[in-house]
Amino acid sequence: MSAVADASERLYRLRRVKNGIALALAVVATVFGLFWLVWILWTALSNGLSAINGALFTQMTPAPGESGGLLNAFFGSLVMSAMAIAIGAPIGVAAGTYLAEYARKNALGETIRFVNDILLSAPSIVLGLFVYTIVVGPLGHFSGFAGALALALIVIPVVVRTTDEMLQLVPSAMREAALSLGIPQWKMTLQVLYRAALSGIVTGVLLALARISGETAPLLFTALNNQYWSADLSQPLASVPVVIFQYAMSPYDSWHALAWAGAFIVTLFVLLLSLTSRTVLLRKRVAND
Amino acid sequence: MSSEPASMTLDKSTPIAGLRAAGVDMAARAARDAFVDRLFRGIFATAGWFVLITLIAAAVSMLWGGREAFGSFGWKFLISPDWDAVNHKFGALVPIYGTLVTALIAMLIAVPVSFGIALFLTEVAPNWLRGPIASAIELLAGIPSIIYGMWGLFVFVPFMSVHVVPWLNAHLGKLPLLGALFTGPPLGIGMLTAGIVLAIMVIPFISAVMRDVFLTVPTRLKESAYALGSTTWEVAWDVVLPYTRSAVIGGVFLGLGRALGETMAVTFVLGNAHQLTASLLMPGNSIAATLANEFTEADSDIYRSALIALGFLLFVVTFAVLAVAKLMLRQMAKREGT
Repeated sequence: MSAVADASERLYRLRRVKNGIALALAVVATVFGLFWLVWILWTALSNGLSAINGALFTQMTPAPGESGGLLNAFFGSLVMSAMAIAIGAPIGVAAGTYLAEYARKNALGETIRFVNDILLSAPSIVLGLFVYTIVVGPLGHFSGFAGALALALIVIPVVVRTTDEMLQLVPSAMREAALSLGIPQWKMTLQVLYRAALSGIVTGVLLALARISGETAPLLFTALNNQYWSADLSQPLASVPVVIFQYAMSPYDSWHALAWAGAFIVTLFVLLLSLTSRTVLLRKRVAND
Repeated sequence: MSSEPASMTLDKSTPIAGLRAAGVDMAARAARDAFVDRLFRGIFATAGWFVLITLIAAAVSMLWGGREAFGSFGWKFLISPDWDAVNHKFGALVPIYGTLVTALIAMLIAVPVSFGIALFLTEVAPNWLRGPIASAIELLAGIPSIIYGMWGLFVFVPFMSVHVVPWLNAHLGKLPLLGALFTGPPLGIGMLTAGIVLAIMVIPFISAVMRDVFLTVPTRLKESAYALGSTTWEVAWDVVLPYTRSAVIGGVFLGLGRALGETMAVTFVLGNAHQLTASLLMPGNSIAATLANEFTEADSDIYRSALIALGFLLFVVTFAVLAVAKLMLRQMAKREGT
């Protein structure tokens, strides 16, 4: 009798120990994840903050060994991001509307949704290559337009996904109420559905903006880079991420400092943007559950 | 709707009659609405098709761009380790090998860690701690990859070369078979460093999927196991994980898809060396890094074509991996009835 009790007691203790180890490892894994976050953010903060000064926003990217700023790069990034949103957001909202309102359950809708999800996580460098082969190659030169187009291809899947989700969250009763008043579907979509889902859709656009603000790979073969001030979108255009890439890979300390300053500002911008948009989206999802 | 009966008696007390009295032609209005409805439907459907066509066009255009390389090297393109821009001999073996090895290292680290984080967030942590920690881990996903690259190059590479690589050389370098993996000069850059950086980058994606699906396990199921005397670990391993298996695999493949295609971070720390080595501590190359480093410097058509062909290979592989991920996740969602 006591032998059996002993064995059972031992087994019980073994299971407790195993449980304790596993849960401790789970804590370790979480600390491991947070550790990198803190380390990376701290690096960007400490190196970036000391490199920030007024010249950053008033002067052009310098030649090696000279002082300067990132004005042309900021301008290029701003213009290309704005164009990418201007091209990508309407297409994305329209496609998302199609998925949610016209093809919610049918095979075509499911296929598009599937393809869109794949585009959402597809390597961005491949999209850059795609734009190179259809725009830069045939035209024969790199341009800001091509860069904006490559970024728009990243914007579209993000906006499609959030628009689709947010429209599906709008209660059917609202559609039925509008339609039963004799309002045509297009008016119902524009004035009832979009109004109900507006904050969600706008958040999706902001999320897309956060995504493209730090994108480097698709710009390498489309917008290329430009050391000088240029507002001509048919010419190569500088952008902050590409300048960071070029400067960080260089052997010059003054370029490294500028790269850190740019990296810090991009990180700050992207994190603030994605943090706020995520909170809004989350609240919206919870409120509709 | 458009066929308003003409014989309806006029009654000024209904709104329709009021409109009619005001001179609004109901039939014309209905026809216009029907037209605008069709128009909007057309616009929305075009945008939907656009998404579909983009994917196909991307694949076709890269296959077309790489036709010269595929044509002149044939299947040898996949298995040749040559990468000689001067003599126009190109083979994709080194970048393919580098891509697979770095992604594999990333998965070996990221999958257990993500499982631990998901376990912590769903079973271990007190409620008030779950939200903040989940958001913090998700922040990792928001950091642009170029920041990972810079941090990797300026902070992590020196750390690896001073602390980690000498230790690996001394302790693991002498092992039979495995030793070759961990022997090399203390450069800091190389496959192992790239794999670790990739792991950090995909942890938030995998752990977010795992946490989300762990939360879908019915409480009743878990409570039954607890009532039978299971420990928390036994519930997680024997109840939660089997219940969510397909979605967990989907999440892992999602992370793998990201790791295979990640460009900037890898470009910074991989070393851009076209050489095939067994050692994980030696510099290598990946498909994405090769493209980022060399594409704008390609000086001949065949060179550029070989690079586009590499892009096509990357696209096909990531498409397949991500498709598996979506199918696995969808299987789970279907069972959930959502």
